[in-house]
Amino acid sequence: MCPAPVTAVGRSVPRREGADKVTGRARYTDDIAVPGAWYGRTIRSTIARGAIRSITLDPAFDWSRVVVVTADDIPGDNVVQLIRDDQPVLARTEIRHKEEPILLLAAADRGTLEEAASHIRIEYDTAAPVYAIEEATEVFSTVEISKGKVFEDLKDLEVVERTFRVGLQEQLYIEPQGAIAIPEANGVIRIIGSLQCPYYVHRALKRALKLTDQQAVVVQAETGGGFGGKEEYPSIVAVHAALLARKAGRPVRLIYDRHEDLAATTKRHPGVIRHRTGVKKDGTLVFQDIEIVLDGGAYCTLTPVVLSRAAIHAAGAYSCPNVRIRARAIATNTPPNGAFRGFGAPQSLFAAELMVEHVAERLGMSSVDLRRKWMLRLGDSTATGQVLSESVGSELVLDAALKACGTVGRSDGRTVKRGRGLSLVFHGSGFTGSGEKKLQGTIGFEALADGTFRILTASTEIGQGTKTIFCQLAADALGVGLDNVILAPQDTSLVPDSGPTVASRTAMIVGRLVQDAAAEIRERLKREKPPLRIEKSYIQPDTIHWDETTYRGDAYPVYAWACTIADVEVDMTTGEVRVTDLVTAVDCGKALHPVMAEGQIEGGCLQAVGWATIEEIKMKDGGYQNDRLATYLIPTALDAPRIRTILVENPYSRGPFGAKGIGELPMDGPAPAIIAAIHDATGVWLDEIPATAEKVLAACASR
Amino acid sequence: MRFTLNGTAVSLDVTGTRRLLDVLREDLHLTGTKEGCGEGECGACSVLIDGEVVDSCLVAAGQVEGREVTTVEGLADGGRLSALQQAFIEHGAAQCGICTPGMLLAAHVLLEGSRRLTADDVREGLAGNLCRCTGYTKIIDAVLSCTK
Repeated sequence: MCPAPVTAVGRSVPRREGADKVTGRARYTDDIAVPGAWYGRTIRSTIARGAIRSITLDPAFDWSRVVVVTADDIPGDNVVQLIRDDQPVLARTEIRHKEEPILLLAAADRGTLEEAASHIRIEYDTAAPVYAIEEATEVFSTVEISKGKVFEDLKDLEVVERTFRVGLQEQLYIEPQGAIAIPEANGVIRIIGSLQCPYYVHRALKRALKLTDQQAVVVQAETGGGFGGKEEYPSIVAVHAALLARKAGRPVRLIYDRHEDLAATTKRHPGVIRHRTGVKKDGTLVFQDIEIVLDGGAYCTLTPVVLSRAAIHAAGAYSCPNVRIRARAIATNTPPNGAFRGFGAPQSLFAAELMVEHVAERLGMSSVDLRRKWMLRLGDSTATGQVLSESVGSELVLDAALKACGTVGRSDGRTVKRGRGLSLVFHGSGFTGSGEKKLQGTIGFEALADGTFRILTASTEIGQGTKTIFCQLAADALGVGLDNVILAPQDTSLVPDSGPTVASRTAMIVGRLVQDAAAEIRERLKREKPPLRIEKSYIQPDTIHWDETTYRGDAYPVYAWACTIADVEVDMTTGEVRVTDLVTAVDCGKALHPVMAEGQIEGGCLQAVGWATIEEIKMKDGGYQNDRLATYLIPTALDAPRIRTILVENPYSRGPFGAKGIGELPMDGPAPAIIAAIHDATGVWLDEIPATAEKVLAACASR
Repeated sequence: MRFTLNGTAVSLDVTGTRRLLDVLREDLHLTGTKEGCGEGECGACSVLIDGEVVDSCLVAAGQVEGREVTTVEGLADGGRLSALQQAFIEHGAAQCGICTPGMLLAAHVLLEGSRRLTADDVREGLAGNLCRCTGYTKIIDAVLSCTK
């Protein structure tokens, strides 16, 4: 039926939507013209904690030209549907953080909208806010992991204790949040938006607007980056746009500007991580005692799941007989924190990796040798007691990264000092524990009458290459050319719920469903004629066991591994840290598309370089002080090191063609490697990131 | 006002104080030019005015009277992609794609120069255009592959 296929998997074929992206034809949310649409805007709290006393719409203003939505206009539940029902769509009385949405406005033009906004007065009764982690009393969730015993006999042991702090970080997708809501016949509200998870938005719409499955329609527009920032937050934008559209009886565009996006949307959880590690004189690891506190901000969002991933990764990529990890997420009166690439693991792995350095220093050993001694290998068990039965790349990536590096160039100069640091990390691919089993991600697969094939999935393309690799997987499983496979649009009225595009799960979990569905269709076509349509849902292999109550068992189906080596220059007069070279070796199972795999790893590494060095958020009265792109800096092409990626292929039997998830892994390794490199250069250990020039100077001065 | 847009003469009746970015996107429906920050920090709205890269969010439409404006839509020759656009696809320089139009225009200007480019030249030339997906490595490779 088709010409002899060229194998697609493993080849860096052109990105599906590449031509559209380089010509400007690709349509992102704000690029989509909708006739008659009004502009929307959110009015937010100016205090961090308290109650709304009164809302006054200036009677001198002509309000007939404007639609105003309050909490009273919500037909369903005033709840942002996610894990816990604590976050209102619009605050009715209680205010828990700055920038909390209170009112929504829409008008035919931006001028009227601005004018209307200036004629609203909100008065508050303020209450004493809680900002500091140490002062927080409200707990969102806790996790406790224990293995072996709590070690009390410290005789003949070296015990090293250290506390680390990690800061907030903004995802900073270059396309700000946005959604367009279009009311249609039969009570349908169609959302076109910049988003990672169409079915999260779908559920949120149904709940707040009291819609049926069919009345809520969510379509993903081309999306200009996500990094977790468009996992749960788009539900708020979409519900707000929908409420305005419903009341206005016409389409409404709600597109954030950068300032609003920075000020109001979720950030990476900051936290404090305390380690106490016991080792024998020969370096044998005896116990790890770890405490994690993450700041969730004012509402729960995805915090318990972030905390869970942080806790499971907290012992690092190492084998230890006795482990105790106690983690809790607390509430403060700051804007809610949420999903961000790595999802808690970068925070806890930062501490775990620096602990290896501190123990090595205490013992007078090389930290690379210590890692070799401690690292998880095939057959070893993790902190949750998961026995690693395949695709354990720890040693492979360590060797590959070391081999790729020359010697570090020393500098005798007094002003600029050079140094090198290394880290070894692992990252669980897919949802934690029973997550995939509960979720049962589903795809559809069609053999069409014209001899082509169509994949139906809610997994989104956000730059990482979903559209391309799914077609590659299907083409090879079918034994047809790549051009014979197309992907249906990410539209909830067309595609089943494949689960969210998060957790390094898309290529590995959903990709495997694509491969299996294509193989099944190929078999059926031997006996049947197209058109055919099948659905395929995830079935948890019976070899995976997880106990959610005790946190014992197989926390993830498999892990991806990375070793990162960072070279830095520290300017001793200004304190400025420049990462000059970064090598990262990644065990990805199988590189389905080597160029895209490298691209994702390099982008993740640079995002981590930013988190470790310059991306600092300063707080003021519960809000972000530097909430503009002129003051919140991310690495430019000039700041970025040359990043060299080494792909190590170490197949995983249940991944598509052996692939594992690598979307988040590159966020984990660079920060500890950079801090170790700063120590190598200056002799100073920082316990906190970002390692801004001020902090480096202060640390060097107090030495 | 009159100006040349992607090689074609344009005549428009617009308020000169409006942002060039909005006039391009809303009046001329050229949505390839993106708004990332509206403050001249990210470069997503980069266009060329008389061959120089500028942030169209900081330019009043009236300022381009009588001048030549090039947007991403003007880079391909009819249906044929330019060598640079092709290189962006081949090298994986476009991921989410939102910075790509601005990045292409900044790179285009660099390649127009007579000097042979080094990686450092490219880094400096693209420093006004933020990308959050690629880590810049693939973008730099793509641009360098187009040097003569």
